[in-house]
Amino acid sequence: MTNADSSSFRLHGRYRELAPHLVPLDYTNNPDIRVPPTLIVTMPELKENPFRDRIVETFSEDGHGNLSFNDFVDMFSALCETSPRELKTIYAFKIYDFNRDNFICKEDLKKTLNKLTKGELSPEEVLLVCDKSMEEADLDGDSKLSFSDFENMVSKAPDFLSNFHVRI
Amino acid sequence: MYCTYPTTHVESVTCGSRHSDGAVRYLSWVLVVEIEVDSDPSGSDDEGTQRRPNRRQGAGRGGAKGRGRGKKPPSEDEDEDEEDEAPRGRRPANKKKPAKKHGGGDEDESEDEAPKRKRKGAANRKKGGKAQDSDEEDNDVGKGKKGKKGGGRKGGKEAEDSKGKKGDAKGKDKGKDNDKDKKKKKKDDSSSDSNSDSDEEESLSEGEMARLMEEVEEKKKLIATIRNKPWRMKRRLLNLKEAQGFVDKFEGALGKGKGRKWFAYKVMMKKKWIKFQRDFENFRTACIPWERKIKEVESHFGSSVASYFIFLRWMYGMNLVLFGFTFGLVVIPEVLMGLPYGSIPRKTVPRAEQATAQDYSVLMDFQGYCKYSVLFYGFYNNQRTIGLLKFRLPLSYLMVGIGTFGYSLMVVIRTMAKNADVGGGDGDEGEFTFAWKMFTSWDYLIGNSETADNKYASITTSFKESIVDEQENQKDENIHLRRFLRVMANFLITCSLGGSGYLIYFVVKRSQEFANRTDLSWYEKNELELIMSLLGLVCPPLFETIAEMEDYHPRIALKWQLGRIFALFLGNLYTFLFALFDEVNTKLEEEDSIKNASLWAMKEYYANYTFMINDTDSTPPPMNPADIIRGPCWETAVGIEFVKLTVSDIQVSYLTILIGDFARAVIVRFLNYCWCWDLEAGFPSYGEFDISGNVLGLVFNQGMIWMGAFYAPGLVGINVLRLLSSMYYQCWAVMATNVPHERVFKASKSNNFYMGLLLLILFLSLLPVVYTIMTLPPSFDCGPFSGKAKMFDVIMETIDLDLPAFLGTIFSYAANPGLIIPAVLLMVLAIYYLNSVSEAYQNANMELKKKMQMARDEEKNRRNNTDSTNQVMKDLEDLLPNRSFMPPAPPSKPEKMPELEAKPTKTKPGSAGRGVNLQRDVTLASPNPNARGPVSRPPGPRGAGPAPGAGPGPGRGRGRGPPPR
Repeated sequence: MTNADSSSFRLHGRYRELAPHLVPLDYTNNPDIRVPPTLIVTMPELKENPFRDRIVETFSEDGHGNLSFNDFVDMFSALCETSPRELKTIYAFKIYDFNRDNFICKEDLKKTLNKLTKGELSPEEVLLVCDKSMEEADLDGDSKLSFSDFENMVSKAPDFLSNFHVRI
Repeated sequence: MYCTYPTTHVESVTCGSRHSDGAVRYLSWVLVVEIEVDSDPSGSDDEGTQRRPNRRQGAGRGGAKGRGRGKKPPSEDEDEDEEDEAPRGRRPANKKKPAKKHGGGDEDESEDEAPKRKRKGAANRKKGGKAQDSDEEDNDVGKGKKGKKGGGRKGGKEAEDSKGKKGDAKGKDKGKDNDKDKKKKKKDDSSSDSNSDSDEEESLSEGEMARLMEEVEEKKKLIATIRNKPWRMKRRLLNLKEAQGFVDKFEGALGKGKGRKWFAYKVMMKKKWIKFQRDFENFRTACIPWERKIKEVESHFGSSVASYFIFLRWMYGMNLVLFGFTFGLVVIPEVLMGLPYGSIPRKTVPRAEQATAQDYSVLMDFQGYCKYSVLFYGFYNNQRTIGLLKFRLPLSYLMVGIGTFGYSLMVVIRTMAKNADVGGGDGDEGEFTFAWKMFTSWDYLIGNSETADNKYASITTSFKESIVDEQENQKDENIHLRRFLRVMANFLITCSLGGSGYLIYFVVKRSQEFANRTDLSWYEKNELELIMSLLGLVCPPLFETIAEMEDYHPRIALKWQLGRIFALFLGNLYTFLFALFDEVNTKLEEEDSIKNASLWAMKEYYANYTFMINDTDSTPPPMNPADIIRGPCWETAVGIEFVKLTVSDIQVSYLTILIGDFARAVIVRFLNYCWCWDLEAGFPSYGEFDISGNVLGLVFNQGMIWMGAFYAPGLVGINVLRLLSSMYYQCWAVMATNVPHERVFKASKSNNFYMGLLLLILFLSLLPVVYTIMTLPPSFDCGPFSGKAKMFDVIMETIDLDLPAFLGTIFSYAANPGLIIPAVLLMVLAIYYLNSVSEAYQNANMELKKKMQMARDEEKNRRNNTDSTNQVMKDLEDLLPNRSFMPPAPPSKPEKMPELEAKPTKTKPGSAGRGVNLQRDVTLASPNPNARGPVSRPPGPRGAGPAPGAGPGPGRGRGRGPPPR
């Protein structure tokens, strides 16, 4: 990580800030440290994000949101401004794939929508929006979005890159 | 680092003495392994350089040894030593190894760094024979190959190997990409192997150099792009270390040692540049005024309401420029360099008015001191040049007056063109309206809870907007009924428009009659104004009610509403101008007589003076400027009318907001506690923001400014203040007192409808001003053009007096009708040509759109039966939370093969390369299992990985990568 190298100190500082009692300063004997998701999502960069839990889960190796420092660096490297579209697309797909079946299905869409609007749309509206999104993006007609569907859709989105990044 | 030094040292020692003592070798090898296991991977950088001294040695020995052991080419460089070392270390225990290698090597097409290490470890521990070896070689990628034909390649491979070992020892997996690269290279290499065989003693032949260079380049590329790989950090670090080590090692050998520095420098500069761009972008955004305010409004009221504020902001920007011109070139020069107040009649309040000139009511009517101030046309002197700079104020005045229109026209049309470029029409949203909103609308940068709330609101609003659009699309009822209703609605509205037009005409006629009478009641005096405001009050809601029948989408309904009210307001404008021209004409008549009277009075004064003093020699003192008889100065009168109108418009609109919205909201809010029905939900409710009324108010106000600015330069300043204050005031009002529309709808992407109205108004206001400039004679005693027959004479004067004579002739030629008519003709032809060209483009556009739609459908069909298996998918899977905790779902190896081979060719899903992939699958079927092997296999017995289920079972061959820990 050319860029992670330069900012890794800062990043580790941030990581340690989250759980000073958990994270040591020296890694000589490679301790296996993981910060639980409840602490990670309190970061100012994430705390307002409706998908914060999903982000943390996606980047954690165990899938439960516990982040090791490597995962932590991973997360910010994928979300940083300079990381390429392909990478962001992959992680975005994983974030929106709530049930981790490698497909974004209607349930995932519903969850996404409810998180985005804080549940202010009526059920009919939710249904309409989900149907329409599915119809728009689903190219192979299996009524779930595969990664290639997703990538195809996102690659044409004007503000995906500008919106899908975090500054740290 | 500290570990690496011993390692390499031991290695070299071992190399030197390997022929002499097998036991020592074995021992040292174990040492190497152990140290490597513990060593920091970063040590690899040094390792390369450390080993270099061994190169010659290794090459020499390698030649002998290699042949002894097999077909090993003797030209291997130092890394071969390491490799040799391994078998030899093993040899004491496992004599069969070389033979084994040959056997196993055949299957191995792609070499990987990992296997070697593993083999060593495995051999070491088990000291087993064939079975074990073959096992490993099945799983691991072709180590044996190296021994046989890897010759020239060895250097590179081995370097990676050494690093790879460490990685494996730590239980990390290998980069698939690396494998692939190497595989490719291998193929290239095999051809040149024979070469390297021939010149055995050469440590680096030409071919090797080229190959190495290529490889170094490849590694560099990997370093540069490693961030793009969706790998876990550990894997990335590993690959990076590997690649960097390799580059460090061989770049030096190739005399390109500076490459790394240069690369680092480039990376640094790139980062700096990106940061700079970002800061600049932030700065630019910060420079856009009221962006946050408007965003806030937008998030709660939708883009339609926001479009009004954006329009307001745009108007403010344009007026600021007009203000700059007017004040910079006209008002301020006059104030600074012109004659002061009271020096000449036009700058003095007449004696008769002086008593009341400072009264509040008089000032509020822009009489008294206001009238004789720099705000109005009459104040300006007709001196050709003023001040030390010889500033030609009259010329500047005329130029600014015309330039105002020129600039406005240019800006409006440019904005329209730009909008048309961006928008391309309403409702044309592309294919992914909802999906984009769903997946790309949240801004991950938001870290502020207030902003986040706004964002939630705006996303909800935008979803609602799109839902309205969508429902509109889905609606299809009785088309005939709808058509009938629409025709009827239009009929009704045309009727009411015609009625109100006639009413205005009638009232204007009557008021002209009334003008000659003196015995008027209050009603008769104010009839015109009353009727006008009544119409303005009644008609818009009436139109809105009628428009309900049409059942348009709210966005289209808004446009209709705007157009209809615009037509109504035009009547307003028309009456106003009509009255104004009447006034001007009477003033012009009046002026002639006053002019004579004034001259006569002046003469009389001088005559009287000479007569009274009886001294013909002494010059009489000049008459007091306040006493001189003045003309009516119709320009100032017109200016005052416009200023009054503007100010009253400001008052009315602000009061409307205060009473109609704020008071209503307060009442509804607080009286609701003690009222018999629900005020909030029931009848009065809160107000909605009246987009059409506000936009039209703004547009007509701007028309007033354009018309009045020539006669009252101060009007532009007033307007700037008005726009500025109304931005804050209305933003506050809308947020505090209004509720969002029932059907929040999206504004059309291009604001061109507003702009079109503005352009129309601009044109309408251009006409009277240009007419007066060109035809009416300026007042004889006020304004910068006094004393001239026509206002534009000031240009003639400048051309005659200030420009060289030949320019004057050129201008006279240019003004010749014989030249102007062809020019106009040419323009008309150009317009016709451009128009037809744009039509052709439009057709082509439509055609392309159709094609795109077709292509999309086709793609859909084509994909219908494909399961998306490509490299990216695999990486995705790789990233899933630790699979080893999950129930195993291992598909058989052959199933996975297509994916593997898809990678080199098929980088993008959906690219039309499926046929090719299949072919490749067939041709490369055999190498596949091994290609995947090293990556997926747990890193051998020495691997530190405590991964559960790490046994080399067949299921692990699946391309999931090793357990990350």
